Amino acid sequence: MDHILSLFVRSIFVDNMIFAFFLGMCSYLAVSKNVKTAIGLGIAVTFVLVVTLPVNYLLQTKVLDPLGIGYLSFILFIAVIAAIVQLVEMVVERFSPSLYASLGIFLPLIAVNCAIMGASLFMQQRITLGATDPKAITDIWDAISYALGSGIGWMLSIVGLAAIREKMAYSDVPAPLKGLGITFITVGLMAMAFMCFSGLNI
Amino acid sequence: MSQLFSKKNREVFSSPISMNNPVTVQVLGICSALAVTAKLEPAIVMGLSVTVITAFSNVVISLLRKTVPNRIRIIVQLVVVAALVTIVSEILKAFAYDVSVQLSVYVGLIITNCILMGRLEAFAMSNGPWESFLDGIGNGLGYAKILVIVAFFRELLGSGTLLNFRIIPQSFYDMGYMNNGLMLMPPMALIIVACIIWFQRSRNKDLQEK
Repeated sequence: MDHILSLFVRSIFVDNMIFAFFLGMCSYLAVSKNVKTAIGLGIAVTFVLVVTLPVNYLLQTKVLDPLGIGYLSFILFIAVIAAIVQLVEMVVERFSPSLYASLGIFLPLIAVNCAIMGASLFMQQRITLGATDPKAITDIWDAISYALGSGIGWMLSIVGLAAIREKMAYSDVPAPLKGLGITFITVGLMAMAFMCFSGLNI
Repeated sequence: MSQLFSKKNREVFSSPISMNNPVTVQVLGICSALAVTAKLEPAIVMGLSVTVITAFSNVVISLLRKTVPNRIRIIVQLVVVAALVTIVSEILKAFAYDVSVQLSVYVGLIITNCILMGRLEAFAMSNGPWESFLDGIGNGLGYAKILVIVAFFRELLGSGTLLNFRIIPQSFYDMGYMNNGLMLMPPMALIIVACIIWFQRSRNKDLQEK
């Protein structure tokens, strides 16, 4: 239980998807213009992570490793992710048309969000770590808690950036830095702030 | 033969390297551009891998573009890219093991690199194989260019070396010069890219956002 909790907290703050590994940067920069859509996308990413990671965990440990065909992992993982995103899209469209309309194009784009694929690949690395390592993923509950933590960490950072960018609309930024440039600097400063967590030992 | 290198084709090849750079102008493929640039060597390897994969996936998709039904095109694109990435990853493991360890998951993440999907959707789906090949090489090199610039500054200021050769002489350290450890941390990658964007946009007024 301790291990699951520590994995969860670490993946939110210390191994934050955005600030430590830059995963999911493209949609992070594109969709962080207002807080509301940022929250929607954050929830969608978290959800897809929580569904895909356990499936990929089972694939890796029950199919790929016993058969010794680890080199097929890229193709299998991306196929699982694409299929699940498609499924989520259909379910959301059927049961909550309003959420579907507000997420719009971002929902299918989650399939190519590096955070999802990145989490699966990090999990693949972490399976090989020893059980005493604080980062190790040893069973399916670890995988779920890692997925949930990474998703929440991603959401936290996109909502934070969106809030800052909403306020930044009122500031006088030099013309060449407007838009993309100043956003990069903001993310850099946020990442420096998050570096404080890197010494955290749970 | 002259038709192969017509003015339009040269344009297709050269515009992503300078004016229409995939990283700083189209904002594609940022994730890996930032993460692998603490040292110059992995940055160069990553740039070359992306160039090769973009070029060949562009060719394959361009050849398939009339036979693939529109609805399932994304999944076909993903499978083609994933297959190419698997090949490149195995080659790296065989011939450049140290670098492939340093790149760790970021080789696999080329699959979800937005440059690839972006170019496949925007260019290869509507152009012939040769133009697509040039477009892929051009965009890959544009991406590699940014990677190399960022890695150059980070390695020089962060470790005082380039490609693991010592550049800043020992006498500087004896006089009290110190490596800037912050340069090796992730946040500085973002700030260096911001400086490149700043530089590029102050020279090119057209690119500035309102």
